[in-house]
Amino acid sequence: MTKKQKTLLIKIIAAAVLYAVGLLIPFRTAKTVLYIAAYAAVGYSVVIKAVRNIAHGQVFDENFLMLIATIGAFGLKDYPEAVAVMLFYQVGELFESVAVGRSRESVSQLINLAPDFANKKVGGEIVEIMPEEVEIGDTIVVKPGEKIPLDGKVVSGETVIDTSALTGESMPRELKVGDEALSGCINLGGVIEIEVTKEFEDSCVSKIMYLIEEASSQKAKSESFITKFAKVYTPCVVAAAVLLAVVPTIFTGNFTQWLSRALLFLVVSCPCALVISVPLTFFCAIGKASRSGILIKGSNFLEQLSKAKIAVFDKTGTLTKGKFSVQSVTPNGVGEEELTEICALAEGYTDHPIAQSVKQAYGKKIELDRIGNSAQLTGFGVKATVDGREVYVGNAKLMEQQKIEFTEKDSPFTILYVAVDGAYIGCIEVADEIKEHSAEAVGKLKKSGIEKTVMLTGDNEKIGRVIAQRIGIDEVHAGLLPSDKSQELKEIKKDGITVYTGDGLNDAPVIIEADVGIAMGALGSDAAIEAADIVIMDDDIAKIPAAVKISRKTMRLVKENIWFALIVKFAIMVLGAIGIANMWLAVFADVGVSIIAILNALRIQR
Amino acid sequence: MKKVFKLQDLDCANCAAKIESAVSKIDGVEFASVSFMTSKMTVKADDDRFESIMDEIQRICRKIEPDCVIVR
Repeated sequence: MTKKQKTLLIKIIAAAVLYAVGLLIPFRTAKTVLYIAAYAAVGYSVVIKAVRNIAHGQVFDENFLMLIATIGAFGLKDYPEAVAVMLFYQVGELFESVAVGRSRESVSQLINLAPDFANKKVGGEIVEIMPEEVEIGDTIVVKPGEKIPLDGKVVSGETVIDTSALTGESMPRELKVGDEALSGCINLGGVIEIEVTKEFEDSCVSKIMYLIEEASSQKAKSESFITKFAKVYTPCVVAAAVLLAVVPTIFTGNFTQWLSRALLFLVVSCPCALVISVPLTFFCAIGKASRSGILIKGSNFLEQLSKAKIAVFDKTGTLTKGKFSVQSVTPNGVGEEELTEICALAEGYTDHPIAQSVKQAYGKKIELDRIGNSAQLTGFGVKATVDGREVYVGNAKLMEQQKIEFTEKDSPFTILYVAVDGAYIGCIEVADEIKEHSAEAVGKLKKSGIEKTVMLTGDNEKIGRVIAQRIGIDEVHAGLLPSDKSQELKEIKKDGITVYTGDGLNDAPVIIEADVGIAMGALGSDAAIEAADIVIMDDDIAKIPAAVKISRKTMRLVKENIWFALIVKFAIMVLGAIGIANMWLAVFADVGVSIIAILNALRIQR
Repeated sequence: MKKVFKLQDLDCANCAAKIESAVSKIDGVEFASVSFMTSKMTVKADDDRFESIMDEIQRICRKIEPDCVIVR
């Protein structure tokens, strides 16, 4: 508890004791004195604030409402009620302040990725300095258990790092000389030395912290709605209270009775439950998401995401790994292994992703001395001498060009035909690998209320269809140039709120065009982080349904709180007007509802 | 120019909303947002008048929530 909260607690306890004694002793004058003392103890700050705010032209704030409610009770000579109301109000305030303080703290702990120091290497010695003081080109030392303070390149040492603070991913990553080291990760293994490539404020960790802090300034529609609503609501209730005090009195007399009912209205009129609980829910949701490596750049995006009807994905790198792998090997007159071996050797000097996949399937070291001449035949394939024999590896056009007899395979994927000394020995089918969780993620999205899923790809229709079918995507827009994609998205968007997921590298315009743009695998990519509304640090596609789930839960809690508060308040106002509800219920409608709404809002963290 | 300020002792969510709408209305302020949860105010305003605008913001703050101090 802060000092302010402690003082309030002491005041509450003192007032409660005075109040209890007042209730117990039988002497009237003593009772009154004790009640007034209790009221003064717990309520004087409220009275002072109310008067001061009125002087500043701020009428109708909470303090003012409590002041008139209790003055009314005093006027009606109901001292215990005046004290009880004020006491209850202050207990509520204390609770509110503690709850908000706690969640502020827990979220800021979640997002507190900032390193406290950096070990700069000066000559042979290590000096501990502030991360802000490190310059580009400096060498820093990161010991086991320490946080990497700035972005840089590993110049010596080898280790594994824990990236979970940034990505939510629990698997440690390996780091060796030449690798890029990102700030915010924790060194789990050995001592490493890093040559700093970015100043602290440009480093990964600063950028991410800035984003999360910035998120709360981008408000959701329901947040601004509440503020606007509160502006209208309070004066309306106050007007209703005045009418309730005056109009029935004209007809029935009995001013005191109607006045006390009107006071009740005023107490109910505070919109605090709404004004606090709605931003609190968004804030906690953003904090929770960021812990699992999902950075949401504003409450408004969370709100939009919860309403999304269409999910659009880029294919390569998002639904697929962007890495080729061998799908099938169809030998012709040789063994499967022999075919793979010959093909891998022929591609020995090639770095193309397709060649890589064959080499990976071969699995053994490529003995370069077995390869003689090797030449790239652009648009066709490669020609190489392997173990003294002439090998051609490439597409059907290459086979036709070389007048080699072969059986053409019908496949949506890329086929490598292999021929040795003019004779066809078989073919290898390679394809971009689908991510493990793609199908599961798409399924989950559909279950959570996404009506249509679409895939955009630059590949041909055939490949697109097969992949879409395997993952469970409804629609494929194939053969798109990168520049076509944003136009395509504009069309799709006409049917409903659209969330687009891509890698953020060459599809930044599409991300910007979408209602909610998500960039995946964005760790270390500034451009992607800049363009996206939601940033997923690693390339785990399962985080998209997770983000949708958080957004829906957030909006559900926000709506629950809005309706709950309004219904309770309205009901108590009606009961109060017809004389059934008392001041206790009214204070409950104010403070009690706030507390319940706050507790409900905090459920998002679970 | 866009700047973010910490608001010390911002205890009431309603006041945060009031400060936000009052600051948004100041002449020369392009965008203003007060986050009750992070106790921070984001202000985007004319560069050359920023200091005088900040004085105005400080004055408004004091009026709405006298306990609240802008850390500049």
